[in-house]
Amino acid sequence: MATLKVPSHVPSPSEDAEQLQKAFSGWGTNEQLIIDILAHRNAAQRNSIRKAYHEAYGEDLLKCLEKELTRDFERIVLLFTMDPAERDAYLAKEATKNSSIHLVLMEIACARSSYALLDVKKAYHARYKKSLEEDVAHHTSGDYRKLLVPLVSTFRYEGEESDMSLAKSEAKILHEKISDKQYGDEELIRILTTRSKAQLNATLSHYNNSFGSPINKDLKADPSDQFLKLLRSAIKCLTTSEKYFEKVLRQALGKSGTDEWALTRVVATRAEVDMVRIKEAYQRRNSVPLDKAIAGDTSGDYEKMLLALIGAGDV
Amino acid sequence: MASPSEVEVFNHALSGIGVDENSLVSILVKSHDEHKKSIRKGCSQLFFEDERQFERWNQTAIKSLKAEFKRFKDVVLLSLMHPWERDARLLNKALKKGPQQYNIIVEIACTRSSDQLLGARKAYHSLFDQSIEEHLASHVKGSERKLLVALVSAYRYEGSKVKEDTAKSEAKALLNAIKDGDKKKVMENDEVVRILTTRSKPHLKEVYQQYKKISGKTIIEDLEVVLLLKETVECLCTPQAYFTRVFDAALRDNANEDAKKALTRLVATQEDEEIKEVAAKFQDKIEERVKGAYKDVLVGVLAKEET
Repeated sequence: MATLKVPSHVPSPSEDAEQLQKAFSGWGTNEQLIIDILAHRNAAQRNSIRKAYHEAYGEDLLKCLEKELTRDFERIVLLFTMDPAERDAYLAKEATKNSSIHLVLMEIACARSSYALLDVKKAYHARYKKSLEEDVAHHTSGDYRKLLVPLVSTFRYEGEESDMSLAKSEAKILHEKISDKQYGDEELIRILTTRSKAQLNATLSHYNNSFGSPINKDLKADPSDQFLKLLRSAIKCLTTSEKYFEKVLRQALGKSGTDEWALTRVVATRAEVDMVRIKEAYQRRNSVPLDKAIAGDTSGDYEKMLLALIGAGDV
Repeated sequence: MASPSEVEVFNHALSGIGVDENSLVSILVKSHDEHKKSIRKGCSQLFFEDERQFERWNQTAIKSLKAEFKRFKDVVLLSLMHPWERDARLLNKALKKGPQQYNIIVEIACTRSSDQLLGARKAYHSLFDQSIEEHLASHVKGSERKLLVALVSAYRYEGSKVKEDTAKSEAKALLNAIKDGDKKKVMENDEVVRILTTRSKPHLKEVYQQYKKISGKTIIEDLEVVLLLKETVECLCTPQAYFTRVFDAALRDNANEDAKKALTRLVATQEDEEIKEVAAKFQDKIEERVKGAYKDVLVGVLAKEET
């Protein structure tokens, strides 16, 4: 469930566009007004506002935001204002160029619905004149390519059915390969990258029951192995994404400084999807509400935007 | 008594691709016992003398006639289908039939536009309650798996923008992979699969050109016996050559059933201008080898628009 709070009476897109223009004009920028509007409109509404803004002032709203705002606040406002498919395409492009954030590619591939992922790929074509698959393939190699290319290419079946005997046989295969430390094995990758989420859930449940421990525990053999981390994260994203994002937030808000990049990404991409469940998971795990943790670790307009998006503080 | 020419007509009506319904009707309606007997005695391909003194249908003839009569029904069903359902069903059938028909998977994955292939994948969900990727990946065991799964999963960029430098280096990478040795290994080579299954078609056509420059031969010539890869490259870079081969094999004298089935597939894919161009070259052969209602559909559908 989304945490985004939209007022019951929403001004027309051109009224919103006019207000935003006022927020930019004159000395300085009225950041609160920007938050009041953009953090309280859903994707369709934001798209209409951008259109209205362009019609009225001949400029792309995103370009104006880029000009007027700075640093973390700028990034979160830009990311959130984008249409979700466009946003994911943007994040994916960033990630293909930077191997330390391959995790982001996995998030996009695993924590979006099959149809949402298709929209991302279309947006990627339009924006970058290339396909997402070709860029990911080109910028990865070895086991990473073996895993990430099928992950982004797949169009998973979205039905709820699962086949129990298949779950049994595939759990066995997974266990075999993991016991042999064959983490890049074709069969292992095939199962994780092509099976529907419902089928995977059944398979992993079977794994746990048959072999006495959850698959991610068995995949912890080498804590420093980045590929294993990617595998474990993919599995988590595919089956219990709110737990995955809880962990990302927990680490982002950890004791040793704040990872604003990760914090911004999670809040901007999940506010309209399942932030409610993520907040619950966070509270359960850390015994502290997410808003408090964010408030403790961030400040200024950046903090205000984050809190607005997770439905905290004054609406 | 049937005249020699009527026997000839009967034979003719049942040889080739499809059946000449009209001739058959006209023969049957004026047939009586003696008439039919002389047809049976005159058509040695279709009937033979049983040891108990009666003329029997040749069992293999019945089998191939079944296929010929079925052709019209198949072309009707396939042509009226939504293209997405059509392609999903064709993919499913080919997958189940096995390695002999994997070329059909290649044909569909490579000759459809990105959105058409995407549509086929959606229809596959509806029809078979699973994705084509998962079905194919779990079904194909051999070295073709990597290539085939990647081909059906592709969502290629469709713009014309091509980077010559990248095309050059990728042509080189392909050349190295092919020259390196074991032909079987080429199909599983990471770079070969990456290039052929993710790059846009305009880009691959440029790679094809660049390859010719550095190798002296075309990729297809150098691939020799790696058939599936050859078909992949053909469909992506020189689809007209691929369709020409398909038509040629189907309209040959001793064409087998699989080759003839390809005709129905091509007819059903009528929206492709390239197919029509190639069909025009085979007009005479079609006239000679194809019969009846099936022929009418074939000719009608593949005829180029009057400009």
